[in-house]
Amino acid sequence: MTRHYSALSLFKEGVAGQTGWEKAWRSPDPKPRYDAIIIGGGGHGLATAYYLAKNHGVTNVALLEKGWIGGGNTGRNTTVVRSNYFYPESAAIYGLAHSLYKTLSKDLNYNVMFSARGILTLAHSEAGMETAAGNVNAIQVNGIDCEIFSIEDVRRVVPIYNFSPHARYPVYGGTWQPSGGTARHDAVAWGYARAASRLGVDIIQNCEITDFIIENGRCRGVVTSRGEIRAERTGMAVAGHSSVLAAKAGFRLPVNSYALQACVSEPVKPILDTVVISPDTGVYVSQSDKGELVIGGALDRIPSYGQRGNLPVLEAVIAGMLNMFPIFGQLKMMRQWAGIVDVVPDSSPIIGESPLPGLFLNCGWGTGGFKAIPAGGTLLAHLLATGSHHDISRPFDLDRFARGRLIDEAAGSGIAH
Amino acid sequence: MQLFPCPFCGPREESEFHYGGEAGNLRPDGGDVTAERWAGYLHMRDNPKGPGREIWVHLTCGEFFAMSRDSVNHKVSGSSTLGKSEHGA
Repeated sequence: MTRHYSALSLFKEGVAGQTGWEKAWRSPDPKPRYDAIIIGGGGHGLATAYYLAKNHGVTNVALLEKGWIGGGNTGRNTTVVRSNYFYPESAAIYGLAHSLYKTLSKDLNYNVMFSARGILTLAHSEAGMETAAGNVNAIQVNGIDCEIFSIEDVRRVVPIYNFSPHARYPVYGGTWQPSGGTARHDAVAWGYARAASRLGVDIIQNCEITDFIIENGRCRGVVTSRGEIRAERTGMAVAGHSSVLAAKAGFRLPVNSYALQACVSEPVKPILDTVVISPDTGVYVSQSDKGELVIGGALDRIPSYGQRGNLPVLEAVIAGMLNMFPIFGQLKMMRQWAGIVDVVPDSSPIIGESPLPGLFLNCGWGTGGFKAIPAGGTLLAHLLATGSHHDISRPFDLDRFARGRLIDEAAGSGIAH
Repeated sequence: MQLFPCPFCGPREESEFHYGGEAGNLRPDGGDVTAERWAGYLHMRDNPKGPGREIWVHLTCGEFFAMSRDSVNHKVSGSSTLGKSEHGA
């Protein structure tokens, strides 16, 4: 059977009629007991499984997914990867993720198509340029590559922008993270799943958690649609459904679930080779490798678990996109969808042990979870393996809400959360 | 565009409304409230999947009211004015 992906194995399988490929991951039946359980087969859960096995040698692990892997927010985001954050704590966590993304294809032996095509955050006023300069200073002090762009720089990178003097959102300049970019989101899920499975992790799909097994005040495992599964440590990475699981475990989280929409156009020839973010229109646009314009915007400000989104936000996003790029006025839109994101008051993630001992949290990424997948996995794996915080995850513990030490990225990051 | 029922103005477009939080999240009273209780009031939420009772404000008339709504299918089953006992004064 062909296990390793390479040009040589591709050639050999081509000659052999593509008969030797093995399945990318195994689908075993769940065992009654594991060393660790991970709930949620999105990017964060799958990355946790992989790093538990790779970094800590813990391979007797079950990953439980109620649907199919990568079918939630991992397959619904706009694939942007960046680390230009304002606070040092955020720069550390997103910087870790970004640095792991750069070598992820090689680490996983799976092409996640990470493309460092640069990310441009526009400024639409003189005041916006002042804020941009302050942000760039903070980001540079955090050790992240970022620079201020003049209007001439913007013109050079995005010549198709609406530079008309009568534009509703005129450009004054912006900020530029050259190492930011995009990655293929399904490949991130599938690559982590394949690599984790090869290290011994059991990936179990169509397995919904119905309850937690709680004995002597500790989480000892889970009750699922496929029977009881026990482990001394359980991690959950379920994004918008975190509150639902927390209720089963007997605690509450500072999470509101909202729909975040995105849409794609029909595929067209290459015209936009970077990611453009406009805080004033609330829109971000990039072009996928298939040629589709991938367009995202702000949250639907209506609490929701319906993965659809409402029309007013979609209308505002399309209108904003057309203000930025009138050239796209004739484009046909192909698909629109929404993911349910877990929004926290300070727009920073929650990582750490939950109020139920033995149950560990990775949630609260809100609208920015995809870019953080390798870090979320690394840090939750560290917690599950050692029972204590990694230095990078400590500031993001749930206890920050009672202590008042919020990491308020809502105002500091490049786009509204 | 979904229509929400303002108890004062009748059915209006959803974009005229702003979400104000979960109904029944009462502000702790007295001098000996723990940090955990304050954090619970300020930040912790039930965030229910399915039917729930929410506080909304109709931005055009400026009135706060309670609305019963399902967070999965977005169906609204009713709205009412706020009683004093229900949400502070």
